[in-house]
Amino acid sequence: MGRSIRDELTGLAWAGPWLIGSAVFVFLPMGLSAYYSLTDYPLLEPPMFVGLKNYRDLMGDPTFWRVVKNTALFAGVSIPVFTLVALVLAGLLNSRVRFAKVYQAAVFIPTLVPLIASAMVWFWLFNGEYGLVNKVLAPLLRPVGLSPPAWIADESWVLPAMVLMTLWGVGQSVVIYVAAMQDVPRQLYEAAELDGMGPVRRFVHVTLPMISPAILFNVIALTISAVQVFAVPYVMFRRPWGTNPAGHYYTMYLYESGFVYGRMGYACAMAWIQLLVVLALTGLMMLASRKLVHYTRT
Amino acid sequence: MLVHAALVVVSVLFLAPLVWMLATSVMPESQAASQSIRLLPDPPSSVVEHARENYSTVWNDRTIRFPLYLRNTLIVAALGVVGMTLSSAVVAYGLSRIRWRGRGVVFFLILATMMIPFPVLMVPLYLIFRELGWIGTLTPLWAPAWFGGAFNIFLLRQFFMTIPRELDEAAIIDGCSHWKIFWRIILPLSKPALAVVALFHFIYVWNDFVGPLIYLTDQDQYTLALGLQLYQSQAGNTPWNLLMAASTLMISPLVLLFMLTQRTFVRGVSTEGLK
Repeated sequence: MGRSIRDELTGLAWAGPWLIGSAVFVFLPMGLSAYYSLTDYPLLEPPMFVGLKNYRDLMGDPTFWRVVKNTALFAGVSIPVFTLVALVLAGLLNSRVRFAKVYQAAVFIPTLVPLIASAMVWFWLFNGEYGLVNKVLAPLLRPVGLSPPAWIADESWVLPAMVLMTLWGVGQSVVIYVAAMQDVPRQLYEAAELDGMGPVRRFVHVTLPMISPAILFNVIALTISAVQVFAVPYVMFRRPWGTNPAGHYYTMYLYESGFVYGRMGYACAMAWIQLLVVLALTGLMMLASRKLVHYTRT
Repeated sequence: MLVHAALVVVSVLFLAPLVWMLATSVMPESQAASQSIRLLPDPPSSVVEHARENYSTVWNDRTIRFPLYLRNTLIVAALGVVGMTLSSAVVAYGLSRIRWRGRGVVFFLILATMMIPFPVLMVPLYLIFRELGWIGTLTPLWAPAWFGGAFNIFLLRQFFMTIPRELDEAAIIDGCSHWKIFWRIILPLSKPALAVVALFHFIYVWNDFVGPLIYLTDQDQYTLALGLQLYQSQAGNTPWNLLMAASTLMISPLVLLFMLTQRTFVRGVSTEGLK
């Protein structure tokens, strides 16, 4: 008995750093945030309890609905495109071509670029007049009588621009998928080949189901990060004369509410809605995936 | 053949932005903003002269002080990397080499915190750090690392689990304490995993934008990420060639680090998918 209590204490002591750290830097803030979301809390005055007022105000706030729409649209478009591109690239890199390591490095290097630097580089690439993207596009579009868009300055081109920038960082997922693909047993491919399957059907019917755990993990991670997209649009779409409305995302408005307008309670209410959405989406994907796995087995 | 062609096109597309960034950074301003596509200034022999001029302008700027931001970033990175690696290893040891009843619950909690979006913690963390008197200092950017990070603990725990238990059992019979086993047996055997954690945290610090944006108040304390953003938020008429020179300065240490540690890197990234 004495021994088991000692083991228990030893274990707790070793886990101590994280237990203390998460209490102070994760769980306490979460609790505080939940409480503040029920208060009116201007930065320099004590919080005052107002019940669900912040949540009610949010429901009637057109800016809130705009950032929700933009964020949902970004997540809804970028995640499928991103996943598709990552899988295709991983498939190509896994087909035992020569120089695969070189190609893989080329795809991976952009993921090392810090988000802020990436925003700067794309800010320049997307420049309507002198940017590389339009320098390449203009001569291609001229014969058909079109001219390239102004990208980030144009509301209707914000989403395509954001998706392209996100795709540039596809390398990490590609590396993860390639690693997963290399673990697929060779016999499965040989059996599929005997059944007369071509490379594309082998990819769809053997590779994809076999690496589906990695895909699920990746899609969940992407969703969590897409819902909180901040640094890149913060740099790209904020101008002294106001933010491009199509480039205004959820976390940007949360940040502005708290730290620019000093409405801490309002920002905390937004934060909790965001947390619940993330948890709900993760839960839904876990459930859906369980069904999918079951489906492929029968 | 078709696969090769596709991969060449893909590689060119992925590297083009960086090549373009480099090219712009060695142009005079008038040529950076022009309609032609060129990789070297005209005449090409002037490339060294323009490169030297642009990079030294960025490095010696009096308002956006690059060397100072580099120093701040390195301070945060050094303190953070040591703290993160050490404390994550300690916690991972507790979760993998000691049998105790609470460890399942603790491990589950650690995994669960990985799903919490940072914006949820942003406002209250600011208020907590304000209580602690840390706002306007670099402390909130490295101190939390000394309590371990969920993902790194997870990664190290998985690695420690692969080390044969007989090693510590023999050491315990010899009268070694957990602390000794940790230092003498587990850590030396885990160098590759520890390197991954250190590398990832270094990149995290280099990348972090939201943290510095919220906690730092004085421009003298800015990190590189925040400093780079100054170019863009200031009036917006920074010459493109200087902006790209500054971006190149920020990116190149990471690319260099990657080239030196490519194997560690790829192994680390691919274990991310094993969860």
